[in-house]
Order: sequence, then structure tokens, then C-alpha cells
Amino acid sequence: MAQIVCKNASFAYEGRDAVSGLNFAVNASEYHCVVGENGSGKSTLIKGLLRLKAPAQGEIEYGDGLNANEIGYLPQQTAAQKDFPASVYEVVLSGRLSRRGLRPFYTKEDKRTAMENMERLDLISLKKRCYRELSGGQQQRVLLARALCATRKALLLDEPVSGLDPLVTQELYRLIHGINKELGVTIVMVSHDVASAVQYADFILHLQSKQAFFGTAEEYKRSPFGKAFLGGERP
Amino acid sequence: MSIAELSYLFSQQFMVRAMIVGLLVSLCAALLGISLVLKRYSMIGDGLSHVGFGTLAIAAALNLAPLPVSMVLVVLAAFLLLRISGNSKIKGDAAIALISTSSLAIGSLVISLTTRSNADVCNFMFGSIVVMTDSDLYLSIALCAVVLMLFVLFYNKIFAVTFDETFAQATGTKTKLYNMLLAFLTAVTIVLGMRMMGALLISSLIIFPALTSMRVCKHFKAVTVCAAIVSVLCFTLGIVLSIWFNVLPGPSVVVVNIVAFLLFWGIHLLQGKGFFA
Repeated sequence: MAQIVCKNASFAYEGRDAVSGLNFAVNASEYHCVVGENGSGKSTLIKGLLRLKAPAQGEIEYGDGLNANEIGYLPQQTAAQKDFPASVYEVVLSGRLSRRGLRPFYTKEDKRTAMENMERLDLISLKKRCYRELSGGQQQRVLLARALCATRKALLLDEPVSGLDPLVTQELYRLIHGINKELGVTIVMVSHDVASAVQYADFILHLQSKQAFFGTAEEYKRSPFGKAFLGGERP
Repeated sequence: MSIAELSYLFSQQFMVRAMIVGLLVSLCAALLGISLVLKRYSMIGDGLSHVGFGTLAIAAALNLAPLPVSMVLVVLAAFLLLRISGNSKIKGDAAIALISTSSLAIGSLVISLTTRSNADVCNFMFGSIVVMTDSDLYLSIALCAVVLMLFVLFYNKIFAVTFDETFAQATGTKTKLYNMLLAFLTAVTIVLGMRMMGALLISSLIIFPALTSMRVCKHFKAVTVCAAIVSVLCFTLGIVLSIWFNVLPGPSVVVVNIVAFLLFWGIHLLQGKGFFA
């Protein structure tokens, strides 16, 4: 069975559908991109996949050894984090929390995992720096390391490159690509950047308040949606 | 007042008791304050202290033990405020203003109807060194110990929930539970410190040390330790000055906290200019 299966799921706010007709499956180690315009239901779907919002209809099932609380999450920045006093190490280590259960303190293994993930994302030199003083790209790498501390199975990324300059954006895409290919971590990414989505992702889910398209990146390029969104870049 | 008189006063039993409870409350308030300030919950602390004013007045009027009665009611109010601020349909800040002004109005009406003394209102609002009974003292020490113990045990969870509630919730941490824990501990701390600091001023103990240490410290752990030290020092100095100049203890402690805040802010500005690189 797949890690995440959406069966005719829909999500609603106060009785009004935000996004509906969701039928797709995410298998282990696949790379999925969710695209669509603002208000097309992308963020709602993310909340649903994280079980922060219950589906109004249909259901979402988790399988293949993935528990719903084993999905690492890279959120969009909240206002509170902009002036939060915390070191890079403290933030990364906090990703291990869900594994602690009721035990109050971190173990040596937790600390080692945190260090490993910081090394993978080239954060060792920033270990003691204050999170709020980092650049946007560095902050995203910290959050990525934290998410990897929480899980090695699946990552859910909500617009990870928004507000980053093109060079840093490409670097972050490469890092995520590496995490997907080398560690076999399933990736589900919400993105505005359709061109990069078809470049890196295996599958594309296009939302227009409903599921408008779901298929491989190649199929998407040939579909009317893909052609419209990719515009003049491809014939 | 001479040093000898001051040390004589500090050897008196009522003063020793007041200092013990005051120091413990400042410590608790400082630790909780960091999370409250960062989570934008500062106004909840302020709202709760006003509720405490109302409950103290009612308890006094009915001749009930003020501490336990206020404790129960303020804890209930804390959960109510948390629910309201979690509900986007009612604006949290408006609801807090509503509840705090209602409590103030009811509290002062009750006081003027029963004792007809403005001195009581003033004491409740701005605090005084109260004479504590044995049971009040033990209850205060026990509750402060509980607050400190829970804070240490849940330190890592409080950090995670404060930094990124959505992430913590998504990865299986029961964030609502920890928000309630935070509200509960805050309510307890406020009630314990309220009579000494005054209903209008107790929230300064929560907010000032956190903001002060955040000027300079950049790690969460450093902020925590620094806030605790700043809070305890400011409280001690504030009480000593209040006796020295024969002024109310609450305002005196707050003024010392203001000075500390400005001092740390200054250090922060100098840091920015490379003075302490």
C-alpha cells in the first residue's frame, strides 16, 4: 500500500468546499509537487495531510509503515519566529521532540541525529548562531534539518522557496532533491514555481479548488494545464 | 532609614515570608513570561491579574480565604481566555479587555459596598507587603515548587510549542495540552504574586524579565537563565528600595525592572555598534 492515499477527499471551511475531489496516492520515496493558483486549496490540503484539519468528505489513509505523526513539515514562516531568540542547534534538536514521548530530556542519540542532519545541510558552522539573524535560505535549511530530525519517511514542504533569491532557491531545490534520492524520503511540496516542479518532481498534483490534474511530470507537461502554466517555455 | 534598621526589618518574620514568596513568584513569572511574550499571550497575563483583583475582592467580602478562592476562579478564567483566543470568531484582545474591565468594575464595587474603604482598593491594585498566614505561606511555596518543576520537566516541549506550534502539532505533540499547562501555571503564579505586587502591576513580573533578557541573549536557554536572574535581582532591589524610601513595593519593583530593561537595551545598541563583539 502507498504511504498516503486520498480517497475522494474534500476539505471545507464553514460548509463551503475549499478543495474537493482529491484522489491520489503517494508511494514511498516519490517526489510530488502540488501546484495551483492562490486560493486553489493547496494550504488546506497541507493541513489535511498533517491531520490538522479533518476531511469534510472522503478519507485520507496512511500506510506502508508511515504513521500520520511521522510526516516532517516545513511550514511557511510565522510572524512570531521573526524575533524568536533560539540557536540553530536548539531549533534543529526540537525536531526530535515527537520521539521523546513523555521523557522530558533529549538523549545522546537525539543530539547525534541533530548533528548529523545539521552536517547534511551544512549548518555546523552556524550551530550557535541565532535563528532570527540568519538569511532566508539559511533559515529554511535549519527548518529542513529540524524536519529531518522528526522523520526519515516523508516531508511536507509548504512553499519552501518563497522569498528566496534565485541562486538560493536552486540550492534549496538541490538539497531537497538529494534528500529524496539519497535518503529515500518521500517529498510532497507545495509550490508556485511550476517550471522547477516539473524539473524535479516525479508527480504533479494541480489544484483548482478541486483536483484538476494528477499524473507524472511528463504527462503534466503535455497536458493543457501544464502547457498553460509553463507558457512559452515549451512548445 | 539606616542599614541597621533595614536589616532589623528584614529579620522580621512577616518580611522573611514576603521575601520568600516574592522571590519564588518572580522566578516562576520570569520563566513563564518568555513563552507568553513569544506566543503573543502577554495580554492574557494582564487580563488574568484583573480577574484576580475581582476574585480577591469577592473573597474578602464573603470572608473566604482569598488565596484558594482566587486560585480556582483565575485558573478557570485562564482556560476561558485561552479558548477565546483560540477561536478566531471573537477577537482575543477585545475579549480580554472585556473580561478584565468587568472584573475590575465588579471588584471595586464589591469593595466599596462592603468595606467602603479606598485604601483596600489601592492595596489590591498596587500591592502591599501582606502579612501571610502559615497556610498561605506553605501553599505559596508548594505551588511555586510545582510551577518550577513542571517548567523544568516540560522545558523542551514548551520550547517546541512556543517556536512552532503547527510543526509540533503535526509531528504528534499535544499542543493544546501544553497551552493549557502554560495558562494554568500563569494563573497560579499571578494569584500568588498579586497581593504583593498589586493586580495592575503583577503582569510586569511576567513581561519585563523576558523582554529585558531578549535584548541581549540570543539562545533560548540563555534567555531563560538570564530572565530568571534579572527577575530575582530586580525584585530584591525593588523591595529594598521600597522600604528605604517608604513607597509601595509593587511600583518600586516595576521601576527597577524598567531601569534593567533600558540598561539591557543600551547594551544591545552598543552590541550593534560592535562594542562587545
